Formats: sequence, C-alpha cells, structure tokens
Amino acid sequence: MHEADLIIIGAGPAGMAAAHTAAGTGLSVLLLDEQQRAGGQIYRDIERSSKTRGELLGKDYIAGLDLANGLNHKLISHIRGATVWQIEDARLVTFTVNGKATQATGKRLLIATGALERPMPVPGWTLPGVMTAGAAQILLKQSGIVCQRAVLVGTGPLLYLIAAQMVRAGSPPLALVETQTYNNRAFAMRHVIGALRGLRYFVKGLGLLAEIRRAGIKRYTGAADICIEGHNRAETVHFTSRGREHRIEAANILLHHGVVPNTQVTHSIGVIHYWNEQQRCFIPRRDDWGRTNLHDVFVAGDGSGIGGAKSAELSGRLAALEIACDLDAIGNGDRDLQATPLRTALSGEMAVRPFIDRAYPPFEGSLLPADSTIICRCEEVTAGDIRRHAKLGCLGPNQTKAFSRSGMGPCQGRFCGLTVTELLAQANHSTQEETGYYRIRPPLKPVSLGELATLADTETKEAAK
Amino acid sequence: MKTDSEFCLIDETSHRVTVRFEGQELNLREGENLAAELLAMGVAPFRRTPVSGAPRNPFCMMGACFDCLVEIDGATRQACMVEVTENMEITMPSVNENSDA
Ligand code: FES
Repeated sequence: MHEADLIIIGAGPAGMAAAHTAAGTGLSVLLLDEQQRAGGQIYRDIERSSKTRGELLGKDYIAGLDLANGLNHKLISHIRGATVWQIEDARLVTFTVNGKATQATGKRLLIATGALERPMPVPGWTLPGVMTAGAAQILLKQSGIVCQRAVLVGTGPLLYLIAAQMVRAGSPPLALVETQTYNNRAFAMRHVIGALRGLRYFVKGLGLLAEIRRAGIKRYTGAADICIEGHNRAETVHFTSRGREHRIEAANILLHHGVVPNTQVTHSIGVIHYWNEQQRCFIPRRDDWGRTNLHDVFVAGDGSGIGGAKSAELSGRLAALEIACDLDAIGNGDRDLQATPLRTALSGEMAVRPFIDRAYPPFEGSLLPADSTIICRCEEVTAGDIRRHAKLGCLGPNQTKAFSRSGMGPCQGRFCGLTVTELLAQANHSTQEETGYYRIRPPLKPVSLGELATLADTETKEAAK
Repeated sequence: MKTDSEFCLIDETSHRVTVRFEGQELNLREGENLAAELLAMGVAPFRRTPVSGAPRNPFCMMGACFDCLVEIDGATRQACMVEVTENMEITMPSVNENSDA
C-alpha cells in the first residue's frame, strides 16, 4: 500500500505541474501515469525525444522538458505504466503495474486525465488505415514514424500543426479536407478582439498555414458527406466541397474535429458534470481551484475543460496551491499571492478559445451520423440502431446500452458516449444534459483474474503483518 | 497479412530484436512502442472484431479505443501500451477472449 498527501492521476502538463508545485510546499506526491514516460499526449515521450524530432515538432513541444525535469524531486514518486482502474471514497486508488494490482491512499486526489479525440464517426472510419490525427502525431512524437500518402480530415488548429510537422518530416499530406465553413469563420470574427490577447496563437497558426501553402498542399473547406472506402483497409476518401464531389486515393486517413475531456475517471466516482454547448461535451463541475463537488477531489487540465497545454499547466498549479492550503502546508495569504499571476496568465491563455470554438466547430455529419454509420466501434452498433431504440422508448444512454450493447465493449464508451448522447437528445427532443452520459463503473479498464489475485495476495500479506 | 508499409522512419534506429506476429518473424526496434513498430512493418490487421470479423488496426495510439488488442505470450494486451522486447510471441486475439482482456 502506497501513501501520500496527494495522489495525482495523469502525468501530462497539468499533473506534472501540480506535482512540482505541491512538492514545493512540502506535500508528498504520488503521481500515477499509464504511460512509460511522463509528458501526457501533448508532450508524449518528451524525455527521450531526439534532437531531430524535437526540431521537427517545434518549440512548444520542447517546452514540456522543463515540466518533466521538475518531477525529479524527493517528495514526488512517479509510478510509470500505472493503469488506475478503481477509486473508492475519493481516497483509495487501485491500479495495475506490469500485471500486478496494488493500492494507494491519499488525503487529496487530483484527476488530470486530459483529453480524448472527439469521436468522428463517418462511414468507413473503422477500417485499418484510418486513425485519429492525434494518433498520427503520437507515432511521430514517440516513435519518429510518419504516415505516408495521408489525408487529414476534419477541422481545427491541430490539423495544421500536424500537416506542418509532416511537411518538415519530408512526407507532406496529400490534402487537408476541412469541414469548417466560411460562415464559421465570419461568425468567429466577432470574438477576434478578445482573442487578440492570445496573439501568440494567431501568429503560430498563420505560420503553420504559410508552411502548408508553401508545400503546395491542397485544402478543401466546407467538406461534407465524408465517406471512407476500401477493401480490408482504407483506400479512398470521398466528400463534397463547395458543391462538387471529390475522391482522393490515400493510405492513411487521419480524422480530427477537436478534443474533449476524458471524463472516464470523474464519471466513475460521482463528480457532477454539465453539458458545454460550445464545446459539445460534458465537463466536470469545479470551482476556480479545480475542486469538484466531492470535497477531496480536484480536476485540472484538459480533463476539466479544453484549454490546451499551457492552461493545463496553470490549472494544475492552482489546484496544487489550494490542496496545499487545505492540508496546512501554506496559508491563505501565500496561496493567493502565488495564485494571482497564474490566474492572469490563465485568462490570457483562455482568451483565444471562444474564437477557436466558433471558427472550427465539430463536424455536424459526425455529431449526428447517418443511420448506417457505425458509432460504437467495439460492438459495431450503428446510429440507426440508437435511433430505433429511442423510438422504442429509450431516453438515456444506459438504456440503449442494455438494448444494443453500445458502450459495453472494452473501450467502455470512450469513443461512442458523446455520439449516443447527441443522437438520443435529438431523437427524443430533449437536451444533452437531460439525456445524460453512460454510468461508468469500475474497473475503468479490463482487469484480468491474475491482477485481482495479486491484489488479494498483497492484502492478505499486509493483514498478516 | 500485408507487409508493404505506408509509414516511414525519420530518425535514429535503435537496436532491433526479433518477435513473431502470427508466426511471421519481424525485426522491431527494441524498447519502442509495439503498435507503432507493427504498423511500420505494414502489419494489417492487428485483430478481427468478435461481432462481424471486421479487420482492425490501432486507431487512437493512447490506450483508449482498444482496437490494437493483440495476444502477447498468451495475454491479451493493448499493443499501443506495450514496449517491444525480444522474442515476443504475438498473435491476433482469439475472438471470444476479446472482451475480457
Ligand atoms: S490504439 Fe487505441 S487503445 Fe491502442
């Protein structure tokens, strides 16, 4: 059994920053992370990335190195490859490392589990050769592998970043198929003044677009009716853009239309979530410090609302300060003094969000897919199945789960949950909030009998002591 | 299993070790992410779904989608959460074991 003042789940920017700040006030920290190396998805494998790779990924990526180095602190114990699968009473965390289950108790819990790609169901998205754009970026960051003959499909700044990185790596994508429309941009312009506080992001975005243009990559906008076809693997992507039909042959089709908070852990322990209409996802309810409705449980980073790496870092530090204050490691005055500059920086970081959210809204055709499209990858349930169950009287995701098995597979709804909520809300003329989300129950990841046995084993040994 | 790769390596190649996927010998970079290495070798599919037998390959590369499930030395694992070690014996998961990894 491990013990610490603070248990943090997730070693991305929020978790790493929180660990460092908390340890700085004298708290003992247990940092649990599923990956073998710190960094989360944004700074994936930052500790051992080569120089070539670092240059290609850009300086925002290299910035993660300082955070990772900050974990070298005698009060921080970082357990790698730790898959958390159960949390009881906000204090007792059960996790598996190398097939062995073990437990930890803490006085406070910080959940920093980051974001997932927003599911983008389109016909053919289950074929080999189709991945999330984030997956392609992970291949690049972690393994130095670039997708060849790729088409990027969807919307958002991440698509430009990946396209530019692929250009630098010498394998430019064949095309960018973008779903946002001219109207989206015009509407977003209303938020441009506020967004100018985040000027750095505009400059970066324009730089990426210039790189893409110079490389001669074709861009299609306002894309709709997206469909991927192929025999045993993706071979072509079809779509319409500005009233014309297009078809591109490709080996890798990379999907992305934004990221959403990974709420698997927060949902499993009774944290209250609300529906965010702008970002079209559920977000844990929290105060300015990241404290949830459960007094001892905090959230930080993209898992507490999408804001990107810098915001994640800042929100992680804020949560750590409040936790330190809770546990009498620092006083109120000290907490507020340290928090003020962090809050100023955070509001600057967030200034650009309203513009991004409106300029690159999620792809309508994937929020409410056509009947024949698979929406639950694990159990191969279609949008039509969900609509049919709505007609039979299913009001919420837990009912359709019982009827169709959607969300019952190993991914536990991570890639269908939001789609099911949207489909049911539309079919039943209710709101997403009323419709709700899957009830998430432990284990959060499939656990083998062997792992359970090791847990029982340690418990008996400890009882015998 | 098809093996003409649609991926390329941009930098250093670490030491390679031999593993087997469905009986076929592959030389993968030791210590690197298993799913990435199999993709780079052109492996497709990693598995077939229990429902319809449809072919699947890694989709998220971050441990969330479970489309990269394979059987390694008898245990069902997410290939994207495993590092390459010498002599791994990898197969497609047998269909009825898919859901209780
Ligand atoms: S590729 Fe999604 S879990 Fe491994």
